[in-house]
Amino acid sequence: MTAYLIRRLFYAVLILIGVNLITFWLFFKINTPDDIARMQLGAKRVTADAIAKWKAERGYDKPLVYNAAAQGAKRFTDTIYFEKSAAMFLLDFGRADDGRDIWHEIRTRAGPSLAVQLPVFIVGLGLNISFALLLALFRATRFDFASQVFLVAMMSISSLFFIIAGQYVFSKLWHLVPISGYASGLDSFRFLVLPVAIGVFTSLGGATRLYRTIFLEEMGRDYVRTARAKGMSELVVLFRHVLKNGMIPILTGVVVVIPGLFIGSLLTESFFGIPGLGSYTIEAIQAQDFGVVRSMVFIGSVLYIIGLVLTDISYTLVDPRVRLPG
Amino acid sequence: MLKTALQGCCQSAGRIAAVGTLGLSVLALQGCGEIWNNPYAAASPLDNTLYTSFSERPKHLDPAKSYTEDEAAFNAQIYEPPFQYHYFKRPYELVTGTALALPKPRYLDAAGAALPADAAASAITSSVYEIRIRPDIRYQPHPAFVAANRQLSREAIARKFGMADFGATGSRLLTAEDYVYQIKRLAHPRVNSPIFGHMAEYIVGLKEYGVTLKGVQKKLEGAEERETWMDLRSFEIGGVRVIDAATFEITVRGKYPQFLYWMAMPFFAPIPWEVDQFYSQAGMRERNFTLDWYPVGTGPYMLTENNPNARMVLSRNPHFRGEPYPTEGEPGDREAGLLQDAGKIMPFIDRVVFTREKETIPYWNKFLQGYYDRSGIDSDNFDQAVRSGVEGEAGLTPEMEARGIRLRTSTATSSSFLAFNWLDPVVGGADPKNAERARKIRQAVTIAIDIDEFISIFRNGRGIAAQGPLPPGIFGFKEGNASINPIAYEITEGKAVRRPIAEAKRLLAEAGFPAGRDATSGRPLVLALDVRDGGPSDKARLDWYRKQFAKIDIQLDVRGTDWNRLQEKVRKGNTQMFFMGWNADYPDPENFLFMLYGPNSVAKSGGENRANYENPAFDALFEKLKAMDNGPERLAAIEAAVKVLHVDAPWAWGFHPKSYGLAHAWIGNSKPNEMARNGIKYQRIDSELRARMRAQWNRALMWPFALLLIGVAVLAWLGLRYWRRAEAAVALARVKHA
Repeated sequence: MTAYLIRRLFYAVLILIGVNLITFWLFFKINTPDDIARMQLGAKRVTADAIAKWKAERGYDKPLVYNAAAQGAKRFTDTIYFEKSAAMFLLDFGRADDGRDIWHEIRTRAGPSLAVQLPVFIVGLGLNISFALLLALFRATRFDFASQVFLVAMMSISSLFFIIAGQYVFSKLWHLVPISGYASGLDSFRFLVLPVAIGVFTSLGGATRLYRTIFLEEMGRDYVRTARAKGMSELVVLFRHVLKNGMIPILTGVVVVIPGLFIGSLLTESFFGIPGLGSYTIEAIQAQDFGVVRSMVFIGSVLYIIGLVLTDISYTLVDPRVRLPG
Repeated sequence: MLKTALQGCCQSAGRIAAVGTLGLSVLALQGCGEIWNNPYAAASPLDNTLYTSFSERPKHLDPAKSYTEDEAAFNAQIYEPPFQYHYFKRPYELVTGTALALPKPRYLDAAGAALPADAAASAITSSVYEIRIRPDIRYQPHPAFVAANRQLSREAIARKFGMADFGATGSRLLTAEDYVYQIKRLAHPRVNSPIFGHMAEYIVGLKEYGVTLKGVQKKLEGAEERETWMDLRSFEIGGVRVIDAATFEITVRGKYPQFLYWMAMPFFAPIPWEVDQFYSQAGMRERNFTLDWYPVGTGPYMLTENNPNARMVLSRNPHFRGEPYPTEGEPGDREAGLLQDAGKIMPFIDRVVFTREKETIPYWNKFLQGYYDRSGIDSDNFDQAVRSGVEGEAGLTPEMEARGIRLRTSTATSSSFLAFNWLDPVVGGADPKNAERARKIRQAVTIAIDIDEFISIFRNGRGIAAQGPLPPGIFGFKEGNASINPIAYEITEGKAVRRPIAEAKRLLAEAGFPAGRDATSGRPLVLALDVRDGGPSDKARLDWYRKQFAKIDIQLDVRGTDWNRLQEKVRKGNTQMFFMGWNADYPDPENFLFMLYGPNSVAKSGGENRANYENPAFDALFEKLKAMDNGPERLAAIEAAVKVLHVDAPWAWGFHPKSYGLAHAWIGNSKPNEMARNGIKYQRIDSELRARMRAQWNRALMWPFALLLIGVAVLAWLGLRYWRRAEAAVALARVKHA
């Protein structure tokens, strides 16, 4: 497994360089350093001198990727790309264009994002699996049919609707929880209960239907028929055999999203006033802040790669037949 | 065994669920009437705290950089420039802030000899402003005023996480030197103030000072050195000097009466050298300890919590000298109860909590629940909050009135309009051969765009149709028929009515486009409007514009593009028409008319004249009026200049937005002021009334929740029963029985 992990790490570096290059190219295809300076300096009374000073101060006065005026390796290192991107591989994300430290910002915002996303993930997973098992148990009954209709309806409705409806009913009509806001410590429960509940509820439709299908597929297998033939009750079959084997495909989709929980959710955080990472990238794109965009894309890529590696490892843990190539 | 265990489990779970549901339901019903949705549960409901919101995180809190409304909401409460605007009087009037008096400039000629106050502007080479500040003003407590905190090692700074970690704080008296220091900071190459370019044109020696500092900066080698503190006291500006501890003097080129308005903005707030030295220590920037993040001022409030992602808190500055509440206002203010606190010492509020709200739905609902003390009105909530009276006047809906909410309206000192690019061969006037034809096209478009309809449809009536570049509240703006733009309106039975479309078509025909087609080639007249791509939400607005142009048979080609490209096209003069707007820096007509002054052409000189309009007659009038003091002579010059603009129509005059604000009954002394941003110190709160209203409006309603729980429990019970029956059922029962 060690050899496998080393190889994946090597691939990861190549992937990250590629992602970084593409981000850089796309960003500067749309925005020039002058545009970035203008955006930061505001719309009023911006002079050419102010733009030049802003660029010089932040290193945007250099060529993008190749410095023909420099000598030797400096032709590549004395460029915007190298100066802004190379340090990122050492987790030095530098400063946002408004002068603030990006790593500090990410650290500060990741906590609130995780405070919402982690319970949504854990409770949602538990609830979705339980509900899917229930549907598998009552398969082909009126309850199953009604639940299918309900789940398809859930999938068809935008999560924004659930957020607005949830805020309207629980906060505005019933006055049970604050409509938005955030606090740290135990007081955070009051602010998180509604976004978490809505997050769980929103994920119910798609995930439950998928898991139900997985469980039903398992229930049609020979070993299940054998278990029933041996006189095991439906509950025992479901929990001892179907659940265990059904978890393997579920794991594939689940483990990969775990690292991404840090990134947060744009809609939930915007509507509930949660100071997380969900809107950080979008705000940076709107503000044409290359420092933040490249950092967030980099972190997103790293987390995704970690998720994929974890998925591969988790396969070997739950299915002894799977071995990672050395 | 597992089967038995599972069945046992299910039975126990069923019983527990039943008991639990019953228990929860009882608890839920008991909870009815309590307040559960208070987002400030940790704070006492009787706190003397103003609760408000912000949507955009401030980028800069350094007064030398900050230039947006969002940032001014904080900075204006913290920093004190020498002057401020009178809170109540209209038209807007400058009064003293930290200064003891409004200075009368001394005018000098080229030889340095004094000139009389009424000397012609052309004779004046420089104006000298001597400003004397109050001697009793102290800074807020801050670690920068403790000498030991200005000599910290990088390692020591690395262990600090907030201002509180620096330990001891100090303060000192405000001095004239601090104002001079801040003026010097405007030229600092690391600060990069947005107004440096403009101020360098006026403040004698500032440009040269910038060059000097740039040279010093260049000599510093290595990243660390480039960040080290540059003691600006070591370098002098020719036109700015300290006379004594409480007096300083600024010399500006020529006659520039608007300079005093600039000195009412945070750009001219004092910054002590100690603060600059403190934040310039190696390692401070890495920890986000900058003046951009932690402001230091002498104002009524200081920033005590700075989390721009969630919450910003201003607390009363314990060293604030106290300032008396104004004793006079404009007619009606006394009757409205706005002068009840006359002479009392401000501020009245202890703390201001700004919570970040990005979305309007939670923001609006929290206002209705009493958790925000005041609110703007979004177009989505407009009908819920406002209704029009018989005369078209705005009033509150019964729902709002029942809550004691009050409506405050004011017309913003800003203008929005559609600009014609003067360099364009079709609509521009730069080419003398086509100038007359283009003028008629512009005039026709000005008539065709029914801006009153636009305001009614797209702004819920919140705006007034512009008759020229000057908005209400600015000297030179005229109310009523006297100000009507005669190109677009005519007076019929004493009322201004929009000229008929036939007139616009006639103008177009005279321009050589009868029925919207070129009289010689027969080709249709197509005009291009460059807009920022706003997606589907902009469609209705742009369709409306297409319709306006179609009324006179002009085809409108709307070209959506991203913000950068649009700005680039405007800067290079590569557009035909585009939208733009301007929000006043200060209440002087010069601040609007300068956008039409020829030498300010964006394509030629990078100035703010984005339409690239150029007319020697207008330019001459502008040069004359910009240096004049307000009076009949200046008014006449403004009228003449606006007349030239009416005929030339370089902009299709748009509208001046009206801002509608709501405030709860417990907020006192609130009056909209479009120029002053430091209004919090004047306001007061009746905390008891607020606590009572909040309690009344937010009683938790638990029975629906209990009902929901019982419903879920019943469903679970039904499911359990069904499953048990299914488990107990026997296949082929009849056969077995037989």
